[in-house]
Amino acid sequence: MTTLLEVKGLYVHYGAVEAVRGIDLTINAGEIVAILGANGAGKSSTLNSIVGLVPPHKGEISFSGGNLFGLPTEIIVRHGITLTPEGRRVFGSLTTEENLLLGSFPLVDPGTYRDQNLQNMYDLFPILAERREQIAGTLSGGQQQMLAIARSLMSSPKLLLLDEPSLGLAPQIVDTIFEQIVDLRNSGITILLVEQNVAMSLQVADRGYIMASGTIVTEGSSDELSSSNIVEQAYLGHE
Amino acid sequence: MDSDLAVFIQQTVNAISLGGTYALLALGLAIIFSIMGMINFAHGELMTITGYTLMYCGLAGLPFYISAPLAMMVAVVSAVLMERIAFRPVRGGSPASMLVTSFAVAIILQTLFQNLISPRSKAVPLPDVFAHSIHFGELSIGINQILSISLTVVILVTLNWFLRKTILGMAMRAAAEDFSVARLMGVKANAVISGAFAISGALAGAAGVLWVAQRASVDPHMGFVPVLKAFIAAILGGLGSLTGAVAGGFALGFIEIYLAAYLPDHIQPFKEALALGLVILVLLFRPNGLIPAATVGREKV
Ligand SMILES: Nc1ncnc2c1ncn2[C@@H]1O[C@H](COP(=O)(O)OP(=O)(O)OP(=O)(O)O)[C@@H](O)[C@H]1O
Ligand SMILES: [Mg+2]
Repeated sequence: MTTLLEVKGLYVHYGAVEAVRGIDLTINAGEIVAILGANGAGKSSTLNSIVGLVPPHKGEISFSGGNLFGLPTEIIVRHGITLTPEGRRVFGSLTTEENLLLGSFPLVDPGTYRDQNLQNMYDLFPILAERREQIAGTLSGGQQQMLAIARSLMSSPKLLLLDEPSLGLAPQIVDTIFEQIVDLRNSGITILLVEQNVAMSLQVADRGYIMASGTIVTEGSSDELSSSNIVEQAYLGHE
Repeated sequence: MDSDLAVFIQQTVNAISLGGTYALLALGLAIIFSIMGMINFAHGELMTITGYTLMYCGLAGLPFYISAPLAMMVAVVSAVLMERIAFRPVRGGSPASMLVTSFAVAIILQTLFQNLISPRSKAVPLPDVFAHSIHFGELSIGINQILSISLTVVILVTLNWFLRKTILGMAMRAAAEDFSVARLMGVKANAVISGAFAISGALAGAAGVLWVAQRASVDPHMGFVPVLKAFIAAILGGLGSLTGAVAGGFALGFIEIYLAAYLPDHIQPFKEALALGLVILVLLFRPNGLIPAATVGREKV
């Protein structure tokens, strides 16, 4: 098993607020790893600081052996790691296809792969092909989530960070999104998934970390985490 | 053709020409605002720099078709340098500190023009053909105006093509909408901002060429009034909205020219106040402007 992402002693501050307080994470190639935890536990802060959207305060972040700590976001994504942010954040005034094309921006030689990747995305998410000329802000929530994920995949990442992909979606759409996450992993992409939907996440993930108040309170395989009541305790104990 | 109609057509041509200049300037302000959340009050000094370049080129005997593009290029380079030297250090600061910085840049440049060039207005040699008009019966339209409207149209069409059809244009629109996510797409923050300043410099340069072509002179404060007007136009159109800036620029041009042409003589002294009053009236009904930006209030860089 090769380690893809290694985070050690990571701290994230917003002024006086300590959102993440010294966490360690290891993600191996080919895994789906979940980070679970209640509102405000520091999950998004963790993902955002890994990709440099929020400057990490202290700690180590290495990806495929190279340092990411302190690099600007636009350089970090060129290493083959990307984030689908919480709340989707598609470019609402651009069309579906324009959103996707922008996703291929970090590629070293975008011209060669852009069309191929675009076709792959349309195969993976046929609804996006139907809506390619539509202004993204007018897509439904589920379609926007698919667009947000597809846009991330356009850069051919090795590691995809997904922040609450099921947020605010209807149950059938949530099922579809989780099925697609498994498909992505089967196609060779490693996934770090942040979720509120504990049951579904543990079904698809290999392992999980439970966060509360900026620290990791428990980690383990999905089976261990689902068969014990640690998860509920983590949620209840810190609310 | 009766003469009332001729006057009306003539004033309309004037309005399109002046409105086009305001539109170019307002567009330059809007592009920077949409990406950085900053109003660049030193935008007018880019116009003035263009004017002085035209003056020196004219004195050196360069033909206008060379000096005009050269002056625009000088404006582009000045805009990029302005960002690099003055605005980059305060990027991410409060809107107030960026605003004050842009005022400071404007005043420093004006002082330099006064002391290094001349505090007084200087003549800019223009080709004779600019003073000619084309006559259609009673109607006479200046070559100047025809060139001005044509240049405005060419620039607006080119910019629209760039923003809609090229990947860099898409990246700029994306950065204007959500800067963080644009960076997540690998769009380089510095490159987008430099690019935005380069475009705004080209627009200010074009506006500067048109402004000087109407007046044949340049002075250290030349840029102040038109940029103030462009700022009003940008707000009228919807601050940060590019289509809005163009609409606002033309609207303001029409308001000013028609008021100047049709207000009775004894009300003429109040025409500026009336024009602003009309702008305020529009904003009372459409507080976010004629064509609001898609992302009013979204966080910027
Ligand atoms: N931009 C910010 N400025 C100040 N405090 C912030 C900011 N973003 C997050 N926080 C605070 O940091 C803490 C962790 O927030 P974070 O968004 O990382 O939690 P989360 O686990 O993702 O929660 P959720 O499940 O609601 O998305 C919270 O206390 C939050 O209020
Ligand atoms: Mg979150």
